Amino acid sequence: MSLLEVSGLGISFGGLRAVEDVSFSVSPGEIVSVIGPNGAGKTTLFNMISGIYRPGRGSVRLNGQDVTATAPHLLARMGLSRTFQNLQIFQEMTVLDNVLAGYHLTERGPVWADLLALPSMRRRAAEVRRGARDLLARVRLDKAAEQEAGSLSYGALKRLEIARALALGPKILLLDEPAAGCNAVETEEIDHLIAELAASGIAILLVEHDMKLVMRISSHIVVLDHGQKIAEGDPATVSRNPAVIAAYLGTDAPTEDPAHADG
Amino acid sequence: MDALLQFVFSGLTVGAVYALVALGFTIIYNASDVVNFAQGEFVMLGGMITVFTFEAGLPLPLAALAAILLTAALGVALNKLAIEPARGAPVVSLIIITIGASILIRGASQLIFDKQLHRFPAFSGDDPIRVLGATILPQSLWVIVGAVAVFVALWLFFTRTLTGRAVLATANNRTAAQLVGINTAWVMTLSFGLSAAIGALAGVLVTPITLVSYDVGVALALKGFAAAMLGGMGNPKGALVGGLLLGLLEAMTAGYLSSQYKDAVAFLVILGVLFVMPQGIFGHKSTERV
Repeated sequence: MSLLEVSGLGISFGGLRAVEDVSFSVSPGEIVSVIGPNGAGKTTLFNMISGIYRPGRGSVRLNGQDVTATAPHLLARMGLSRTFQNLQIFQEMTVLDNVLAGYHLTERGPVWADLLALPSMRRRAAEVRRGARDLLARVRLDKAAEQEAGSLSYGALKRLEIARALALGPKILLLDEPAAGCNAVETEEIDHLIAELAASGIAILLVEHDMKLVMRISSHIVVLDHGQKIAEGDPATVSRNPAVIAAYLGTDAPTEDPAHADG
Repeated sequence: MDALLQFVFSGLTVGAVYALVALGFTIIYNASDVVNFAQGEFVMLGGMITVFTFEAGLPLPLAALAAILLTAALGVALNKLAIEPARGAPVVSLIIITIGASILIRGASQLIFDKQLHRFPAFSGDDPIRVLGATILPQSLWVIVGAVAVFVALWLFFTRTLTGRAVLATANNRTAAQLVGINTAWVMTLSFGLSAAIGALAGVLVTPITLVSYDVGVALALKGFAAAMLGGMGNPKGALVGGLLLGLLEAMTAGYLSSQYKDAVAFLVILGVLFVMPQGIFGHKSTERV
């Protein structure tokens, strides 16, 4: 059974149909990428799935349960986390505290127990700190744990956002352009990280412009253009699809590999 | 010397009230970047409701509790009915909404209660305590202890508890807070309720000394705002220190210059802070990443 099922999803802004009748599904351990030219509606689709926008039509099911237009904080509790194309980081907190915030849900205990610093709560807090440090090590930010997040480089912040999303123990992770603005080495690191996460059984839904990355790691690709799904399938099938090539390069283009159509 | 000590006592007393108002500002500001100018009205309601429920026959502690709970409920209502529907509006619009709310509450109080000055008996009598030649009212001690107690409780809440940290996280980045599963709407409700309750507590504590009428809120809000600015907006420690400092400055001005100039001190403080150190004593410089 698939973990995430998107069916007939659509939204209009005024008269503009930003996304129209998009359906696909994601299974545990699978990496599904959503690609398409700029303005194709990829981020809008993400915003609908993650409860930021209320879809005009269609439904989103998580684990068989209808979660259409559920608030983001509730989706987070149900195992769906996401990252943003433009970073959403607690800039004024330390790197470690950012990840600790991700443990917010699991760390929960009564307020009075916190205030009295009961041994059970302290033990729990210590465990959580260890977990957070492990996650930071996983994204290679353990050395920066005590730094203020605002002082990190862009690529590092991208990884920090992933670490924080992982702290929630998600079943599915929505990554909106995790490699945007990263250099080749950083992209490679993110590439490995995503593959590792999928191997551990987390479903990944990815929006990405770096075609090399997408072609290398995706198990399934959904192609959007002008808000509509124009193709879907495995990387090899999609990259040969004439409609996809047309969307990226224009109709009169020679049959060229869309892997070169970066950005 | 005796005079100085006397000024210090009275400065600390009013300063503690300003600190409580400033703490109220701090909580809502932390959760939403909004400066709630109805904060002074919460103080007024704390005093007024206590007066009227006490005169209706309720024992004083119960009357005070009723006032705090009712005011907290009003704070929650203010958020639910006026702030939450305007979600997404610029912070300035939200601040203007709170000014509107303050005018509404003042007007309604004038109708529901009256325009007279009121007081109820002090908690531990009115016999001044003599300390080194100066005197202090027992009620002043209540006010000072109350402010310090609220400060300590808030400090623990924000630094030690998950709920408190959720409030800080919401202030820092609302979207990111939602991403990690924080119910930001609930955080706002909590902040308004808590802030209103603290305001009401200030009103309950200070009414036996300064008396209360429907319009005492405006001045208190301005003084509390000045105190919060002086200490550094958003910092509980800043609110406490800023409040006490402003109270002392006022008392010294009234004592050594002229009591006519007393109220000007708060405005001079606001101007001074804005000119010299906009971040306040404990606030840190804010920089925007682009």
